[in-house]
Amino acid sequence: MADETLFLLLHSEMVAGLYRAAEQGEGENGRCTTKLESMGFRVGQGLIERFTKDTARFKDELDIMKFICKDFWTTVFKKQIDNLRTNHQGIYVLQDNKFRLLTQMSAGKQYLEHAPKYLAFTCGLIRGGLSNLGIKSIVTAEVSSMPACK
Amino acid sequence: MSQSPGRKQENHKISRELFVLTYGALVAQLCKDYEKDEDVNACLDRMGYSIGIRLIDDFLARSAVKKCRSYSETADMIAQVAFKMYLGVTPSVSCSSATGNEFSLILDKNPLVDFVEELPAERSSLCYCNLLCGVIRGALEMVHLAAEVTFLQDRLKGDAVTEIGITFLRKPEDRKHRRN
Repeated sequence: MADETLFLLLHSEMVAGLYRAAEQGEGENGRCTTKLESMGFRVGQGLIERFTKDTARFKDELDIMKFICKDFWTTVFKKQIDNLRTNHQGIYVLQDNKFRLLTQMSAGKQYLEHAPKYLAFTCGLIRGGLSNLGIKSIVTAEVSSMPACK
Repeated sequence: MSQSPGRKQENHKISRELFVLTYGALVAQLCKDYEKDEDVNACLDRMGYSIGIRLIDDFLARSAVKKCRSYSETADMIAQVAFKMYLGVTPSVSCSSATGNEFSLILDKNPLVDFVEELPAERSSLCYCNLLCGVIRGALEMVHLAAEVTFLQDRLKGDAVTEIGITFLRKPEDRKHRRN
């Protein structure tokens, strides 16, 4: 629907604005990514609360990860995660082959160095969601070829 | 569809909440970065402008509206079609000048402030929704209508409703084209 356009535009504007401000000031690149990630964290916390108001209690970690891959991702990005892998020891890899925030940017290796900026917010979003469901986590992202990302 | 219609509406609501929450986090971050309210307002306006110049393409593609023939038609279009499409609310339009180029959009329900109860005491002159002004200004400029958009009343500051004022700045050559 039209809402996702608004969110996509706002997100790209946020990334651009924060980096522009950093260039003019004395901050380095790392700070911007942290700021974006912490914004994502706050939003993720709030969003997961609204989302899971009426759903049943989760059985275990894997259940929570499946919820994130299916329902959460569908609501936020209008599609499910394409692939979920785990080593059953606390590491999960979520793979999205057509990540919405990157589809508009390129379809291959062009602009690869700019991709991480656009993933910081989403990493924060996942971390915030998990934290409010009771899981402490570290979320990282990697992009080898747009628009797929892990 | 595998999802029931009730669930679909809920998902719709949640993606709107995502936008509102993200906007809130953005304003909070800007307040941390900038000390003065005017700087935050200016930053929000600038960001809104950049969003507006891109949003207009999406709007025209989705709504396929015909060319507006007058300023009041444009204002109606913004209120009834654009606001409804993107924010789900329909502000009422009123023309507030004899020359016909000043309009106000009156919103009794502003979805952007759904989760905001009140502005913090030290931020009393913050225009929380200044992004909206920038978006409208940017979008209008891309269809060759220069305008000034400001907040005339703001519910967060204690007024009864939220009112956005749009003043179209008339260009002399525009009028010649319109007559033809």
